Amino acid sequence: MKQQKLSAVENSFNQLVETLLDKQQEGEQFTVKLNSEYSQFTRFNHAKVRQTGTVSDGWLELTCMQNQRSNFRLIPFTGNWETDWKLARQAWQQLQEELPLQPLDPYLVLPSGNNTSREVYIGNLLAEEAVIPAILELVQELDFTGIYAGGVVIRAYADSSGQKHWFATDSFTLDYSIFTNEQQAVKDTFAGSNWQQETYAAKIEEAKKQLKLLSLPVKKLPRGNYKTYFAAAAVADLLSMLSWGGVSEADLQQGNSALAALSRQEKVLSPLVNLKENFHRGSVPRFNEWGEIAAPELPIITKGILVNTLVNSRTAKEYQKTANGANSTESLRSPELGPGNLARDRILTSLDTGLYVSNLHYLNWSDRPTGRITGMTRYACFWVEAGQIVAPIENLRFDESLYRFWGENLLDFTNFQEFIPEVGTYQARQLGGSIVPGMLVEDFTYTL
Amino acid sequence: MVNGCIGYAATNNLELASLQTAAQQAYKQALFSSRWWIHPFQPATERPKVVGEYISPAAQPLDTQSIAEINDLLICACQALKVSPQIVQTTASATTTQTEIWFASSNGSQVYQKFSFVRQHYGAIAQEGAIVQQRTNNGWEASCYQGGLELLQPEYIQQRAQQIGEQAIELLTAPECPNIRTNLVLAPDQMMLQIHESVGHPLEIDRILGDERNYAGGSFVNISDFGVLAYGSFLMNITFDPTIPAEFASYGFDDTGAVATREYLIKEGLLLRGLGSLESQKRAGLPKAGVACARACSWNRPAIDRMANLNLEPNQGSFPEIIADIEHGVYMESNRSWSIDDRRYKFQFGCEYAKLIENGKLTKTLRNPNYRATTPEFWHSLIKVGDSSTWKMYGTPYCGKGEPNQAIWVGHGSPVCVFANVEVFGGGT
Repeated sequence: MKQQKLSAVENSFNQLVETLLDKQQEGEQFTVKLNSEYSQFTRFNHAKVRQTGTVSDGWLELTCMQNQRSNFRLIPFTGNWETDWKLARQAWQQLQEELPLQPLDPYLVLPSGNNTSREVYIGNLLAEEAVIPAILELVQELDFTGIYAGGVVIRAYADSSGQKHWFATDSFTLDYSIFTNEQQAVKDTFAGSNWQQETYAAKIEEAKKQLKLLSLPVKKLPRGNYKTYFAAAAVADLLSMLSWGGVSEADLQQGNSALAALSRQEKVLSPLVNLKENFHRGSVPRFNEWGEIAAPELPIITKGILVNTLVNSRTAKEYQKTANGANSTESLRSPELGPGNLARDRILTSLDTGLYVSNLHYLNWSDRPTGRITGMTRYACFWVEAGQIVAPIENLRFDESLYRFWGENLLDFTNFQEFIPEVGTYQARQLGGSIVPGMLVEDFTYTL
Repeated sequence: MVNGCIGYAATNNLELASLQTAAQQAYKQALFSSRWWIHPFQPATERPKVVGEYISPAAQPLDTQSIAEINDLLICACQALKVSPQIVQTTASATTTQTEIWFASSNGSQVYQKFSFVRQHYGAIAQEGAIVQQRTNNGWEASCYQGGLELLQPEYIQQRAQQIGEQAIELLTAPECPNIRTNLVLAPDQMMLQIHESVGHPLEIDRILGDERNYAGGSFVNISDFGVLAYGSFLMNITFDPTIPAEFASYGFDDTGAVATREYLIKEGLLLRGLGSLESQKRAGLPKAGVACARACSWNRPAIDRMANLNLEPNQGSFPEIIADIEHGVYMESNRSWSIDDRRYKFQFGCEYAKLIENGKLTKTLRNPNYRATTPEFWHSLIKVGDSSTWKMYGTPYCGKGEPNQAIWVGHGSPVCVFANVEVFGGGT
């Protein structure tokens, strides 16, 4: 999105908020949330272009509150004031008419506070015409597949109490995998706000080295328990499960959390486990759906003890807790799993004999109350003997409790961490990612 | 489409100038890719001219009840779900959606489709100490249909909500599902997931062509398998059928304008067709081995190969007759956990509610029922398919796939089915 267009979107948003404040009636309150993006999506298969296009999108969530009732409308938002106000005015009138029909909401959170923020990150992205050659010229002899997504993403918030936040960032993600003839693959991501061709080239060179290892004959392992090293991307996948019935206080209160046994102190995690929300990286907005700003850091698990859950203002009201700036779903937005002591050059020797798992796939709770997760190994996963990579493996299904792999069976985390970017694009391009180490686990259960 | 390459541009601004800008951007995107394009397409074959209309059946239009009336219905459902203080969470939701799609093309195509969707969900979580059990209305948001407000039946909802609450409580004291190989009987609300994950996705031709290898995955099925591969037992008859009234993903035309018709994908166990659009059929060299399945989840995503309604056709036997023939087995209802590998080969699924089958009768209720298998082994172990009295259809709005990601709506109908010698097991400790 060009600077002129970006300014138009911000001006239209500000004008809308000011107009709503002018028209606000006594007792009436509102929030306005904006999601907007201009994105190029180019999809690759066999080092060719499968689909390519641009998406100029934006939508506004307008919420009206009065007399302990609320309702909302989602409407398109374009950055053209005449178009945007026409839609917003109509939506606002409908909200006012329908509001008395809504049931009383005892846990309604009304706008309060006086938080404001404005963050704009201008990056250096590839020009639209440069995307395809920049990516494909280096991989012409490879079976390269994946997607480039790049452009500006905007998140904004304002409410009737005067809070206002604006977050805009240029960003790109290149999420790709490179396959051997036997359909073994190396997987990686390249993400940021500044495209650096030399960094991308170095990643491709590294991938080529891994492809050589993957060309070894594939080993089929029987089901059983194996000592396993999980690379950072795999750890990020496991960590993501805590955003789905894990660290949420509402889930804990409503019987829906895998960490309930930890909370009740019936089960313990290893003292090596340290998890916090860490917003210092600045890749996601710190404000939430109520305009509240989360602390720069919030410890969640410290030395294996659950010291905080994510509590949003609604949950706080319902269960008499103290809110800590969590979002509406009480999910992790910028998680960091702390490092351990395992040095990079000691990974294979410490593993000795077992599995080196680079990535995981399709995780789901198989028994949430006991913290049991099932899923698959995926991409570059290897059998290791006596500290040496011996063969890529045929993918295995696992079914294991987090109380074992982050509990008594956790041997160590690596002493370095990696940033694993969020590359999801359901409805809109997601932001941020997680900072995680690799981990070494004993006796991990593979079932199929 | 420019010289066989396709570029797209999507905008939410319908002002003329914005649409003109979008058209120019789409043109440029096609040009930028021309040196690198994967397969040249032809307007005449991959985008044939079509004119038509499809409108969902809806006896009672979506705007004929007030928000207050629908809210009252849901609040009453929550009250009915809470049959005991041990119910720690109740959920009731109804989502009504009307979608209009106009498809127009420079080749003269004009299609109008108007969809009316009604989704309902009712669920309860019961807890006693460390034991937590969930029960829902046929799995997470599985009650998804095309239609109008006639689908919201207050009396039925009250009865069903109470039953869900009671079964959640029942599960608290039920024994664990045993760890055993036995006959597995699946209700249609679990067959929905089984068909979706282990038949629908592996038969998507874009997966077989490798488009999804970086995200959703590939397939254990190969291009050369069509017309040759015995996918399952001779009782397995799978149709792609977007013509069923009220099924969630019925439509008249896909999002490239291809006319949607009922087709057998698998007949008497033999793989005949895949889920491949006109583009995928051309790329795979499989003319007439696909269906009208190029679908986009919304205006801002390009069409890709998707399921629509994918159904298992009925055979013989009522539910009592099927159970009566089983000496030992486990009957499972309602999906609660799902995971399958990127080639759609090794899966593990869990259900909410199960019954032990002993000597032709349903006996004890079992909790935490799960099963795992590989896809070919499983479908070859299909030994009974119930008759039309056991056939039920469900749907989901959450079928995820594609880069950029898309979640789309699909429907699945199935009778009760029996699979022999399946590994079933219970929960963790």
